[in-house]
Amino acid sequence: MLRHKMPAQAPEERITNFREVALGFTPELALAESERCLNCKAAPCMQGCPVGVHIPLFISRVREGDLDSAAKVLLADNNLPAVCGRVCPQENQCEKYCIRREKLGGSVAIGSLERFVADHANEKGIAPVAPERGSARVAVVGTGPASLSCAADLAKAGVAVVMFEALHKAGGVLVYGIPEFRLPKTVVAKEVEKLVALGVEIRTDMVVGKTVLLDELLAEYDAVFVGTGAGLPSFLHIKGENLGGVSSANEFLTRVNLMKAYEKDAVTPVQRGRNVVVVGAGNVAMDAARTARRLGAEVTLVYRRSRAEMPARAEEIGHAEEEGIRFELLTNPVEILGENGAVSGMRCIRMELGEPDASGRRRPVPVAGSEFDIACDEVIVALGTTPNPIIKRSFPALATTPKGTIVADENGKTSVERLYTGGDAMTGAATVILAMGAGKRSAHAIARELKAAGKL
Amino acid sequence: MERFELVSERRLAERVKEYVVYAPEVARHCRAGQFIILRVDEEGERVPFTVCDYSREEGTVCILVQEVGYTTAMLARLKKGDRLADFVGPLGNPTDLGGYDRILLVGGGIGSAVIYPQTKQLAAEGKSADVVIGARSEDLLIYRDEFARYAKNLYEITDDGSSGRKGFVTDVARELFEKGEHYDVVFAVGPLPMMRAVCRLTEEFGIPTVVSMNPVMVDGTGMCGCCRLTVGGEVKYACIDGPEFDGHKVDFDEAMQRLRTYKAQEEEHMCRLRGERR
Repeated sequence: MLRHKMPAQAPEERITNFREVALGFTPELALAESERCLNCKAAPCMQGCPVGVHIPLFISRVREGDLDSAAKVLLADNNLPAVCGRVCPQENQCEKYCIRREKLGGSVAIGSLERFVADHANEKGIAPVAPERGSARVAVVGTGPASLSCAADLAKAGVAVVMFEALHKAGGVLVYGIPEFRLPKTVVAKEVEKLVALGVEIRTDMVVGKTVLLDELLAEYDAVFVGTGAGLPSFLHIKGENLGGVSSANEFLTRVNLMKAYEKDAVTPVQRGRNVVVVGAGNVAMDAARTARRLGAEVTLVYRRSRAEMPARAEEIGHAEEEGIRFELLTNPVEILGENGAVSGMRCIRMELGEPDASGRRRPVPVAGSEFDIACDEVIVALGTTPNPIIKRSFPALATTPKGTIVADENGKTSVERLYTGGDAMTGAATVILAMGAGKRSAHAIARELKAAGKL
Repeated sequence: MERFELVSERRLAERVKEYVVYAPEVARHCRAGQFIILRVDEEGERVPFTVCDYSREEGTVCILVQEVGYTTAMLARLKKGDRLADFVGPLGNPTDLGGYDRILLVGGGIGSAVIYPQTKQLAAEGKSADVVIGARSEDLLIYRDEFARYAKNLYEITDDGSSGRKGFVTDVARELFEKGEHYDVVFAVGPLPMMRAVCRLTEEFGIPTVVSMNPVMVDGTGMCGCCRLTVGGEVKYACIDGPEFDGHKVDFDEAMQRLRTYKAQEEEHMCRLRGERR
């Protein structure tokens, strides 16, 4: 029996709108897919889940037609299942360990089933209930995936949690970074509402390190979790990068997602180039390219290595291709060309793969004399991000690595007493689910510490 | 009082208004030279404004706004008691003129709002500073009485001569330098062409100069990179590395180009606000 595919908007239709591309399983499809699960005793899939969802159990509930209890099983371990079901790289997580894989018609579509059950839970308002609260109070800095997951588990353990968000809206990268067509903002809002229902307080417009300082939080709360992510964009450092029309993917996506610049009457403007070049090949590069496409552009994606090394999920690369994004692989920008202060093109050079480098991937080397120009009026740089320095600068006692990530042990315990961290702030840019796993680990470590102190 | 409520609004000149906002969390750590980002309403864009005064006791922060675009026009419609959707800060780094003794502060247009808290603070520290303020015309000169109170010497000049003296702030500064007045540092804030002109002049006389940059921003915390500028050949973010920089190292031409990026779209918004069609 072959793996069932989730229905999706047709490429020619979806490039004209910002609605979700993947439409979700129908109940029939969900049932049929759940029947593919072999309910293995050893549950190898679970070793691929950073938050430890009991996968065979929730799928067997779907098979029995008991979606309410499937939802309860899922929610017991995953605080943001509707998000994970949409953005987790399941092929590298749970589905990678599914016994079926290639041999038996493909891994069970665990992610699609997770989304189906999570959406059912949101529709029916099935949510975890807050237990009686102890006297313990914890501050959570940031409201991205690591922080949301940490806050939820702390609240479920009976801790009073206050979250601090620098922007005007909670959700972190889920609201400013990931586009509407991949993760509708209403889905994120629902997950945040559930947290508020658990008694978590969210304070927006609070920049920790500026509006309120870390030492103040440590004085007021029993523990502090820092989940400030990796928000600082990297640039190419080539000539022309500060021309009008060149932006980081962070800026471009924030304008479109958080500030809703894609809507006709939005107050916040965004560049709307006719010919856009996106530099990079990670998930963020795909998001930027597909967003620019929806704003009406012809989009070229430039990447210095070959297809095999593209870091984005295979599914995202496939979606981008279907939507008519042109890939210029083994190509590196050497200069952004301008006219009257605005972008008019990009000079690139062809690359070839040489010996493996430190990352184990073959190092791209320029082919002498192969320069060529791409005409364009907008450039979006998606080369990754590094941790934000505001926390570190305002609190030098916190040990960080030369890369700016916070030093911590496997539970996220930092060099400072009662101060924990997790997610991209600790590891550098990674995935939503790894950040959630880290937030969860820290929540449990904090709860243990609070229990030992008799506060829980 | 509610968070982000307008405590007062006052018209200082044609298209220039002063707003005092109740934001105790911002006021608590606020220092001269820092900025805030606000949104007028739930649909609003995020726009940075430099803090021109604050009161920790009253929990208020004062900003000066010149009506130049859509958001500032929306702001101008607000009345005392109205609430802003967001008001976040203090962002950026405070002014640091600690190592200097004799200081010349130069303000152009509403840039004077930025040198005002500095003037006040220097007076409080017992260091009196000389102040030059300039504007297009006399009615656009702001905080004249306040500057007169805190400055050792106050010089006023207008493009059209309506305040008595006609010319630019650089004319006054050049005269002072040529007269042999000694300054350890010049702090200049105003429109980019004015700051560039001051920097060219002070370079000629070898006087260190600090400028405050006010580029387009989105988050104001280093996340978008939109406010980047070139300082001494290096890329800096105005939001987390600034907003104040060594004026002799700032690439003003590039900063001016970058400021034009969203001009066409801004104009379209203004037309919509006025009910016009393009």
